[in-house]
Order: sequence, then C-alpha cells, then structure tokens
Amino acid sequence: MDFVTRNLPYLMAGISVGGQYALIAIGYTMVYGILRLINFAHGDIFMAAGLILVYSATVMPMYIAIPLMIILTVLIGFIVERVAYKPLRSAPRMSIMISAIGVSYLLQNLALYVTGGLSQQYPAIPWISDTVTIFGSTTKRVTVITPVLTLVLVVLLVLLIKYTKIGMAMRAASRDFETSQLMGIKINSVVSMTFIIGTFLAAIGSALFFTNYTGVTPTVGAMPGLKAFVAAVFGGIGSIPGAVIGAFIIGICENIIKGVGLTTFSDAFTFALLIIILIIKPTGLFGEKEADKV
Amino acid sequence: MNKKNKLIWNVSLIVALLVLLFVLEQVMPSGSMLFTVLKKGAIYALVAVSMNLLNGFTGLFSLGQAGFMLLGAYTYAILTIPPESRASVYQYYDGGIIQFAIPVPLALIAGGLIAAGFAFLIGLPVLRLKSDYLAIATLGFAEIIRAVFQWDKLGPLTNGSNLLRSFPTFQSVLYPFIVSGICIALIVMLINSTYGRAFKAIRDDEIAAEAMGINLAHHKRLAFVISSFFAGVSGGLLAMYQTTIQASMFKSAMTYEILLIVVIGGIGSVTGSCISSFLFIACSEWWLRFLDNENFYIGSFHVPLLRAGFRKVVFAVVIMAMVLFYRQGIMGTKEFSVEALQNLFRKIFLRKSVKKAGDTHES
Amino acid sequence: MSHEKKETDTVLKLENLTMQFGGVIAVDNVSLEVGKGEILSLIGPNGAGKTTAFNMVTGVYAPTNGAIYYKGEKIVQNTPQGRMKKLYQGENADLYAGKRVIAPTPDKITKLGIARTFQNIRLFKSQTVFENILIAKHMRRTSNLFTATFRLNAKEEAQMRQESEELLRIMELEDVRDELATSLPYGKQRHLEIARALATKPELLLLDEPAAGMNPQETLELTQFIGRIRGEFGLTIFMIEHHMDLVMEISDRIHVLDFGKSIAEGKPDEVRNDPRVIEAYLGGAQDE
Repeated sequence: MDFVTRNLPYLMAGISVGGQYALIAIGYTMVYGILRLINFAHGDIFMAAGLILVYSATVMPMYIAIPLMIILTVLIGFIVERVAYKPLRSAPRMSIMISAIGVSYLLQNLALYVTGGLSQQYPAIPWISDTVTIFGSTTKRVTVITPVLTLVLVVLLVLLIKYTKIGMAMRAASRDFETSQLMGIKINSVVSMTFIIGTFLAAIGSALFFTNYTGVTPTVGAMPGLKAFVAAVFGGIGSIPGAVIGAFIIGICENIIKGVGLTTFSDAFTFALLIIILIIKPTGLFGEKEADKV
Repeated sequence: MNKKNKLIWNVSLIVALLVLLFVLEQVMPSGSMLFTVLKKGAIYALVAVSMNLLNGFTGLFSLGQAGFMLLGAYTYAILTIPPESRASVYQYYDGGIIQFAIPVPLALIAGGLIAAGFAFLIGLPVLRLKSDYLAIATLGFAEIIRAVFQWDKLGPLTNGSNLLRSFPTFQSVLYPFIVSGICIALIVMLINSTYGRAFKAIRDDEIAAEAMGINLAHHKRLAFVISSFFAGVSGGLLAMYQTTIQASMFKSAMTYEILLIVVIGGIGSVTGSCISSFLFIACSEWWLRFLDNENFYIGSFHVPLLRAGFRKVVFAVVIMAMVLFYRQGIMGTKEFSVEALQNLFRKIFLRKSVKKAGDTHES
Repeated sequence: MSHEKKETDTVLKLENLTMQFGGVIAVDNVSLEVGKGEILSLIGPNGAGKTTAFNMVTGVYAPTNGAIYYKGEKIVQNTPQGRMKKLYQGENADLYAGKRVIAPTPDKITKLGIARTFQNIRLFKSQTVFENILIAKHMRRTSNLFTATFRLNAKEEAQMRQESEELLRIMELEDVRDELATSLPYGKQRHLEIARALATKPELLLLDEPAAGMNPQETLELTQFIGRIRGEFGLTIFMIEHHMDLVMEISDRIHVLDFGKSIAEGKPDEVRNDPRVIEAYLGGAQDE
C-alpha cells in the first residue's frame, strides 16, 4: 500500500501523458494506415499548435483563442498534406518520407525564427490548470481530465469510422489504396480528412500536454511525436484502439521509470520497447499481417 | 579514354586540389568563413557518402547516422585526451578511468571500429525490418545511445553529460580533406566491386537478389557495418573540428541534415553527396548569413523580415522545394568524372561549331 | 519430343509436400520427381498452388510439412510446429515429426544449383543488361570484401565479366548489352531473366510462367529457345505454364494440380485425355 501511495503521482502522470500521446498517436496511425507514411512532421504540427496558442492567448480571450488554435492547426495539417505529400503520391515511399522530414525541418526552423529560440511560457488555461487533490496527492485538473477526454474522443472517432460514409471510405482506402480509388472513392478528400482528424486531435493533445509543461520550444514536438509513433507501432500500426492502448502503456511505463530514478532512460526505454516489439511481433498488438507476393 | 589515362587525370586533379587548398591557406586569413565551410564540408561529405552507401546503394533506409557519429566522436575523444589534462576534463569523476592516450590516426580508426561493432550488434535484430520500420528503429537506437552516453553512472568513461575537451585537433584544412578523401575513395572502390553490385541488386529487388544467390542478411549487415564505420570516423573528425563534444549535439536533427544532403546531392551518387555537402554547409553557415542581419539594406530599402533565424527558414524552404520539384537531386544517380566533363564540353563545343559553319569536327 | 524419360537418376524430388496458410491448404500432400535432363511442366487452374510449390522448392516459403530432395540429398524438411500443430489439416502430420527441420534461404538453394525466374519479371531495374547478368556471378566468388575492394581479385573479376559476355552472346542479347534492363521489350526481358538465372550455372532451372503475356509468335520462339538452352546447358527444367501449346510441345511429362492436390501425371498425350484433367479445367471454368 505504501508503494502505491508513493508511486500514485507517477501512475497518474503516466495515465495523463499516455492520454496525450494517444491523441497524437491516432494521427500517426491513421495516416500510416492509408498512405503507408510515417508522418515525421506530425510532432512538429503538435509543437506549432502549442505556439499558436501562446501567441493568440496574448491578444484575445481564451474562449476564442482555443478554437482559433484548433482551426489554425488543422489548417496547417491540411496544407502540409496538399503541398508536401500529395504531389508525391506515386513516388517511391522513401521520397515521401524524406518530404515529411523536410516539413519537420521547415516547421522547426520557422518556429525558431518566430520565437527567437526562446522557450515560450504556455498560457494557463482556466479550470483545467487548477490544482486538485486526489487520494492525498495534489495535481493539476488536466491530469484527471486527459484520460477521460481522450477516451470520449476515441469513442467518437471509432463511431465516425464505423458508421459514416467518410469513415467507410477511410477503411476501404487503408485496406487497398488503389482498388478503393477504382471503386470511385475520392481518395484526395479521404486523405485530407485523415489529416484533418489527426491534426485536430493533436491540437487538443497539445493544449493538454503543454498545460503540464514548462514551455514551448521549436524542438519540443519531436520527442512526444516519436513516442506517439512508437505507441502506434506498439499497438499495431493502422489500428486506432491499438494506438490508444500503446500510448497509455508507454506513458505509464515511462513515468514509472522516472519514479524509480532513471530519468535519463525514460526516452531510451520507449525506443527499446519499440525495437523489442518490432523483433517479436512486427505487426504490433493489434496489427494485421501483410505478406509480399512473389 | 583508357583506364591509365583516367587514373592520371584523377590523380592530377586531386593533387591540384590539395595544392590549391595549401596555397589558399597561405594567402587567406585563417579566420575566413571559407575554411570553416571547407573543413566542415569535408567531414559532412564523408558521413553523407557513408549514408548514401546504405540508403542510396543498398536501399536500406537507416536514420542512425548521428548515433554512430557520436560513438566515433566519443571513442576518439576518450582515447586521445592527454593523461595530464584528464583531471580537469573529468573533474567530477576523479579524472576518469582511462589514463592513457593513443595516437590520433589510431583513435580515428578505433572510433570507426567501435561504431562498426555497435552497428553489427544493432544490425542483428533491426536489419530484418522493412524500410520504414528500419528507419524508425535505427533512429531509436541513436536516441538510446545518446541517452546511455549521458548517464552519470558511465561518467568515469564518458564524462556524463559534461563536455569532453582538450583532445588533439587539426589546424589545416588539408587534414579533413585527406582523411575524408581516403575514406570516400575506399567507399567508391567498394561500390565498384562485385560487392557493390550485390548491394545495388538488393536495392533494386530483394527477392530477385536472393534468388540470384545473394545472401541478404550477410550483405545488408556488411553495408550497415561499413557505413557505420565511416560514420564513426567522420564523428572523430567532427570532434577534432569542434574541439569540444557533448552527447546532446548528436540529435536526430543531425541525421536529418545528413539525409537532406544526400537527397540534394542525389540518392545513389557519391560525387553528388560531396558537392551537396559543401553547398549545404556553405549556404547554412556562410552565404545566407546576411538573412540574419536585421539591418540589411538594398540601396536605401530596408529589407523586412530579416532577423536571427530567417536564414534557416529560407534554407528550409529551398530544401523543401528541392525535395518536391527536383527529386533526383543535383546528380541523380550519375557521377561527376573527368570523362563526363569532357563529354559535356565536347557537346557544347560541337553544338557551337555546328552553328558557326557546320564544319566537321572529330568527335 | 525426342527426350524420353530414360534417365534413372532423379534431380528433384518433392515428398508429401503440404503448405497451409492459416486455415487454407494451398498445396496438399504433393509428391513428384523430376528426372535428369527432362522437362516437367506443372499445370493446373488458377489458384491450384503451382507458384506456392515453386516457392517451397526455392526457399521462399518453408513447407508446413514434407521434404524436398535435390540429387538425392535432402535440402528442405519440415513438420507442423507451434500453432500449426493444432491447425494442421493436411495428411502425414506425424511423418516428419521429430526429424531435423531444414529450411534454407533462397540464396542457399541457388548455390546448390537451382535457379529460377519469376511470374512477374523481376529484373534489377537500375542496371544494364550486362550488369544484370554480372550480378548473378557474385554468388560464385572466391574473393572476400577486402580483396574485392582492393582489386586483388582482378583475375576473378575479369573471368566473371568474360563469362557474362559469353552468356550475352549465346543468348543473343549482345546488341542491347548496355541498355537498361527495363527498357527492353517484354519478350527480351523474359529472355534476360532466363539468361540471368543461367549465369548462376544451375543444373535445374525453374521457370514460372515464362510465356505469360506473350503473343503466339513470341510463345513459339520461346518454345524453341527453351529446347535449345536445355541442350546447350545440359539443364533439367521444371516449369509452370498456362499456354497449352507450349506445354504440350515441349514437356517430357506433365504434372497436374487442382486445389493443391495432384490429380494426374504423365506424358502430354496421356494428360490431354485424362478425364480428371478435363474436369478440373472445364469445371474450374475461370481459366482460359
């Protein structure tokens, strides 16, 4: 029992971080499911969402700034896809991945230019930044809200994919890109929709993530981005529930490792986990097998 | 052009280049940006070519270059810091556990070997993975290596997250040129050998390559280990150039930069990687510097937007444009050679002579 | 054809081969033999398991159960393992139980002297015709990384090149020597793929639908071509083919698969009139 109380803050932080990773991981897993692309820029879009709120909160009230931030982030995601990925749709996979790395490089440098390289203080979002006490440990309310909000959003997303027309199109496209195109699915709008959903969730994730964080720097998105990607692979890339479960597992493990006093290795752990899962079960927990035809 | 002639041409070109560099060094002020670009460019050329060997010639999309450079740089630094300076460098770790120093060339090779050794171990599990998974797994390994080297328990060896310094460095621009040159020449010889052909076969079609009796696991491992060896050597050179090193320098952003150099030069072209690394370094460190200058005037017009960091934005936009619209890079998969240059001149010359009078010219 | 199956020595022998993917049995307890110097054709409607059988011989898949012998030596052997133990629905489940699992990778099979071509042409795209053939010579090298890099193997390298040139000449591909492999017309690409397989100096050649996508004229040429290389290189040929003209003309014997099972084997005339074969093709109706 003593062990539990001592580790409860880490566990709660883990669940909370896990929820935030989950919101980012969904963007990775959906894009990979349809385009077979590791969207290296996704973490940087997440960073951009943070910066947008930093700047918009200084000139307008929060209840306008947050929706604006979400809209602008989604817009960035949409534009990135149209400009940097769409022209390369028939190109080899390596080219489109390189393009993603290029976008990441551009967004980071743009952020560096705008911020002047200084860490920007994230504005306190009312209510969710308030301090609450749970089981005798104090924390911000966001820690409690994150997992709940994450689950609600995931359920909504799963319903959207299961029961709407665009959701059906997405499923078809992730099954077989070419054939679904031949079946009259407007593949460009499906891909755009995927990016819109992915960046929308990343924008919400950023609001939750940075509330618990000291500030926004140009490279702050890289690490959570990579970890969310690992979560997506862990859960089986292309599977939304898989990404969510993977994200929670990674968030919790990472914080427990911090709790044990091995903070240096919390990042390394994630990658070790990635490599282990890739070797033991390359398709992840819920992934489907694909075979090369000879 | 026969083989002997070609060799003579190439050797004389190299000698001419070295003499030119030597003369430049005598006549130009040593603080000139030109030397910064040449030194760093030569080092990046080596690591870019080593990455190209893997990504361009063997078709293995690996993103672990920064990790292997870190291994090379640390090995070099740890093995060459003179014993008398160790007490001050390792001040938090009682002077560290290593109390000897070995000659610089040996330390560079040792750096390569350590990187190659790690690559061998890492390669056992990850080389079985398919393209993008391989990329993310190697990127992950680079991150793990970086974390391990910052771990304070290893401090007596790595100095934890503190700087390593006081190791031997180079002054002359000839040094990185000669070392990189030798290494790149070795890589080119490998690419042109029967092993190089096997690598290209794997890149083109793994299944067919295997059906032609090429052992995939063995050859992929070879390419990975060799590429990492040279990344390690370039890491050692980078340490010499920087004069101090720290594990936090070797972020994934470094790998991305190297990858972009390879892409701009042309995936599958050694000379392309060399040319583009000099261009890349020149643009990012020198030619675009004015963009960071807030008080930049054209005549009396105050150019807006310019301030610290703008250079990098412009640079990133240019790179993005290249990636999107000029996908084959500067050289594509072709190589720059005396022969190609001759052909080019001949073409231009012929065209002119045809235009002038239509007189026949031996071709 | 003049070649009767007189030779007593068997080059390739498949024994009780079964391949099960999940719950689907693709190849079901197939046994067959290919004699030295003979041309054996494997035919059957689409989805009968022909290419799967090829992939088991060449090491692309390890069979779920069964063994393969090459010139009397066992080169592949497996028995249902792990999850497959429960799932296995084929025959002879215990025949190979407890025996050594032998599952070589495709390159090992090629080194033994078994070369193949592919149903959908797989040439080295960025390489010239000459280089495509030269790459196949890599397998028989005696040089190592060091000697190859420093050109201490100049003699061997020269020999590789000379043999490749020779092969180009025999295969009538000299005139396109320096063209990109993928820029050749379709029929020539098929020739090149066969030439590349021959460059590994095989004794047994596996051709996976060599006439796929060819017009009657090209098919006729290919028929003569296969006959010619068999004589010239002393080959044994095991071939999958759909063009019945070609199959009937060239095969010494024909083996027929349907839904993974062997349903007939014999000389072309015997197979042509076999009621089960007619039934399989007409009943299947999805084939030409």
